[in-house]
Amino acid sequence: MSAWLYHLNALVLGLFILTAIAMVVMRQIGACMQVFVLQSLLLAASAFLLGGAPWSWHLFALGCVTIASKAVLIPWILRSMVPAQVYARREFSQSIDVSAILLSSLALLLAGYAAGIPLNAAAHSLSPANVSVGMAGLLIGLLQLAVRREAVPQILGILAMENGAFLVGIAIAPNFPLIAELAIAFDVPLLAFIVALLTRSVYQETGSTEVGSLTALRELL
Amino acid sequence: MNMHVAAWLIPALPLFAALVLALPRSERVASALTIGCSVVSFGLSIAVMCGLQMGGVLVLIAHWVEVDSLSALLLLLITLIATTAAIFSAGYIGPEHSALRTRLYYANFNLFVFSMLSIPLTVELGLVWIAVELTTLLSILLVSFSGTREALEAAWKYMVLTLLGATVAVLGVLMLFWALHVTGSTDFTWTGLRVAASVMPLALVKTAFALLLIGYGAKIGLVPLHTWLPDAHSQAPAPVCALLSGIETTVVLYVLLRLRGVFLQVPAVHVQAWFAVLGLISVGVAVLLIVQTHDFKRLFAFSTVEHMGIVLVAASFATPLGDAAAVWQILAHAVTKSFCFYAAGSALLVSGTRSIADVTGLLDKSKITAAALLVGSLAISGAPPFAVFLSELAIFRAGIVSQHYLVTGLLAAFIVIGFFGVLFHAGNMAFGRPAPGRRAWLKLPVLCGIALGIAALPVIVLGAWIPLALARLLLHSAAVLGG
Repeated sequence: MSAWLYHLNALVLGLFILTAIAMVVMRQIGACMQVFVLQSLLLAASAFLLGGAPWSWHLFALGCVTIASKAVLIPWILRSMVPAQVYARREFSQSIDVSAILLSSLALLLAGYAAGIPLNAAAHSLSPANVSVGMAGLLIGLLQLAVRREAVPQILGILAMENGAFLVGIAIAPNFPLIAELAIAFDVPLLAFIVALLTRSVYQETGSTEVGSLTALRELL
Repeated sequence: MNMHVAAWLIPALPLFAALVLALPRSERVASALTIGCSVVSFGLSIAVMCGLQMGGVLVLIAHWVEVDSLSALLLLLITLIATTAAIFSAGYIGPEHSALRTRLYYANFNLFVFSMLSIPLTVELGLVWIAVELTTLLSILLVSFSGTREALEAAWKYMVLTLLGATVAVLGVLMLFWALHVTGSTDFTWTGLRVAASVMPLALVKTAFALLLIGYGAKIGLVPLHTWLPDAHSQAPAPVCALLSGIETTVVLYVLLRLRGVFLQVPAVHVQAWFAVLGLISVGVAVLLIVQTHDFKRLFAFSTVEHMGIVLVAASFATPLGDAAAVWQILAHAVTKSFCFYAAGSALLVSGTRSIADVTGLLDKSKITAAALLVGSLAISGAPPFAVFLSELAIFRAGIVSQHYLVTGLLAAFIVIGFFGVLFHAGNMAFGRPAPGRRAWLKLPVLCGIALGIAALPVIVLGAWIPLALARLLLHSAAVLGG
């Protein structure tokens, strides 16, 4: 990979981490979705940069499918199926406050880096930084899933974890046989569709989409 | 019939049924079509079983879609439980549901069965991952079918934890592909990986193992990722519970068992120790939860966590005896647990409650339901002369022969606690003093009774007699597992 592609990819990765953290702390649900779109575009950008030289059809296709599926189709599905009031809401019920989230994200970023070191030492990948940043993205997505109590940000948390996984994937498995493209093109929109249906049912039944407040099922000790 | 055609038709039939049900006004044929397709699928699975009873591989698309003895066993179990679940659904999903909802239920049911069938049929790990992800996606709306607040909560928890698992697993799959790629091989199948495993970079293999164990472990309800399981497996309609608990967890466990064969080639991963520890923790926590539960559907759901743990422990011995016992336990658990959930669903139908305390004295109200609950509880807790008893004995024997005394001792102790826990609750429900001030009891729909009868057959028979073809299939499945 040429030097300027390498630096451009590093810039994309830096922005990727910023979007991951922003999704955890952003209170407005609509804005959280916009940041997710941005993150998916960054994932696609990284795929294009890594697939540029040497040229790789797989990565090019993966980037295109990511844009079509995650930046266009999924936001459209979630917007059109989940009631609009939900997106205007500000979520004040996060389990821990913003500074604690930022500190935790920082710790997870370091953990992602630490996890990437032995992997990069063991085998050659297209871009070692992708491995570390993707791992961190996966862990920060997990944090988002844990602290957000609203339905849409929780789903975006899962999708952000997946973005992290595929950010690693494009660097370590650039010739993965079509499966990744298939998964992103069909599985992920299906996921968004089914979860949006479920969210709508939750909204109709409880009058809100605060899934964190659903705690009726547990063991009565 | 040509075996290849039969193997293709097994998953194609439920898919066909789902497509037909997408047509408007098809609700009148919905249950008949589902039952019909399931029965034919089951018949075809028997044909495939007979063809593969002496081992061998049926190659449909080389390196992508292949069937061996172990997958044939899984196909047989999935289609069997799909058949009984379809019959039970015909009685359970009554006319109180609108035509559209009934149609959607059956369409979703068939798609779910299709997704489960695609797991044993595929041998390429990326495809297997997609199939596992599909089982989750296609069952979420079945779990939330009743639309109550509790069902929606259960579906949400199920969705979040299992999709989280799937996301972790996909990174594991990618990591394994990377490790395979480094060795110069491109055969990303169970066999290809097994061959290449010993020369893969250790750091990648270890990370992949951790990610896959967490990812797929979440889907089979390994403690501590089990919290969604009792909710989802108790809130879903009874036939869906039977599919989820009886077979969905089992097919994902099958993926872990296949992966075991790959990771066993790399001793530094310590796959046996991890399986033993996680299995024992799951069994131990599950039996304690069984003892304290107040809800009879949750009782059977916890029992599923217990049995997943038991199979993992059996697999941790990694001996031919242990593998045979594990495969036997998978068969025994699948047929018995689905029957238990039909019994629990029947109890829910006649009494209108899931609470153990509110259905005491069931024997006076509905003899069939009470008898089914008792037989199911005895069979699943491991009482003789049922199949689970024999398979658990086989596991103890395998453990002692391979000198895993501590693991076997702990497992036996936990299983005994679970035995008394299940029977204590079942005895209370069947024989206890009837709760005062109960509302009216309903009659059990005929089709539910028929489904109970059919599902009871293998539970009762398999403890005493196994058809020769099935016995051979089990033997060769264990051999496939052992490599």
